[in-house]
Amino acid sequence: MVQDLGYLKESPSQTAGPYVHIGCTPNFAGITGVYSEDLGTSMVNDKTLGERITVRGRVIDGAGAPLKDALVEIWQADAAGLYNSPSELRGTADPNFTGWGRCPTSADEGIFTFETVKPGRAPYKDGRKMAPHITFWIVARGINIGLHTRMYFADEPEANAEDPLLARIEHRHRVATLVAPRKGSIYTFDIYLQGEKETVFLDI
Amino acid sequence: MSDRSNQKPETGAFFQRDRAWHAPALTPGYKTSVLRSPQKALLSLDGTISEITGPVFGHSILGDLDNDLIHNFAKNGESAIGERIIVHGRVLDERGKPVPGALLEFWQANAGGRYRHKKETYLAPLDPNFGGCGRTITGEDGSYRFRTVKPGPYPWPNGVNDWRPAHIHFSVFGHGFAQRLITQMYFEGDPMIWKCPIVTTIPDRSAIEQLIAPLDWANTIPMDARAYKFDIVLRGRRSTLFENRMEGN
Ligand SMILES: [Fe+3]
Repeated sequence: MVQDLGYLKESPSQTAGPYVHIGCTPNFAGITGVYSEDLGTSMVNDKTLGERITVRGRVIDGAGAPLKDALVEIWQADAAGLYNSPSELRGTADPNFTGWGRCPTSADEGIFTFETVKPGRAPYKDGRKMAPHITFWIVARGINIGLHTRMYFADEPEANAEDPLLARIEHRHRVATLVAPRKGSIYTFDIYLQGEKETVFLDI
Repeated sequence: MSDRSNQKPETGAFFQRDRAWHAPALTPGYKTSVLRSPQKALLSLDGTISEITGPVFGHSILGDLDNDLIHNFAKNGESAIGERIIVHGRVLDERGKPVPGALLEFWQANAGGRYRHKKETYLAPLDPNFGGCGRTITGEDGSYRFRTVKPGPYPWPNGVNDWRPAHIHFSVFGHGFAQRLITQMYFEGDPMIWKCPIVTTIPDRSAIEQLIAPLDWANTIPMDARAYKFDIVLRGRRSTLFENRMEGN
């Protein structure tokens, strides 16, 4: 016998189910008067630094239908590349930017929308710079464990070309699944759960 | 957003997730997973600053009744109908360390098994005094508690005759975005747990048992509410002592 490491096991994930909005965005679900506002509704205020952008998209199932009951969360650096988190030791992030957003996909078309700023570049573990990106987490009925992925920006071709995560994608045509095209100030990021265009999901 | 605790923030990457302990993405017994499960291998990546950081939720977001589902939707002087219970426990990480400042959000059906949701079709009645959502933030020792009524089981369209055991949904926000977790709590002694196609997406029986809260007789409040204890474990973090230092530095 040897000493026991004493580690616990992570609580197993279970699906968020069809009623995740009751718990996470009750006002959106029509349950008003409990919380004044749903968390994650606004990431910016009028003092937030950086370029204002809109990120919008859909989560699309294996039959090509957008999910109308999903919940999407994003987490990103501020315009200077700093995270608004105690574990960010490189500096102090913009206090007028939360970095975190939460949005249900709409009941009619299944669209999520975030009003945010374009993030700056943050370092990879070895000091190289990562390209600007937004971390995504998707839960819904039928998804047993939340899906992590990243959105990159199509108008950052040079940064994307040297990004350590994108460089690790073996099948190069799949890099495009993480790169959102830009039109005006709107980036469109459609997430495909299955099929030809399946998004690269991450085990992080 | 404000400070989550007096402890020094940690910056290590998280332990690799044991994917065999969790349900796989594709679980045909739970039919909705068939078209919603990624089919390609996940891209594995040791956590970067984008995943080891996470937002903080201060106690200032909380209202007085956020952790009291019996009253937070009820008319003045009234309360939700059902078996009154206290749910409490701790949020720990895989090292056994308490996770202070974790945001917990919970939601559930009412005592009759009915959700307050426009897509809900179960014929059990709504309780006019029950909304079904609550939230709290863990203390310095990782502990939390809330008051509610025991949710009823309910039928759902999957197989012809599938029912969910009584359960409470939990969303957990720890210290890093990589720890993000949604799960469900079940109640000790419920024979329906083992018949549920969502519970049994989890392959390992002892993993399922990790989601079953025991009756906590010692913490029952006499003449008022029984207690159930539910601990939640988030991913552990590596020490950063020897990380990210060039040799010789
Ligand atoms: Fe449920």
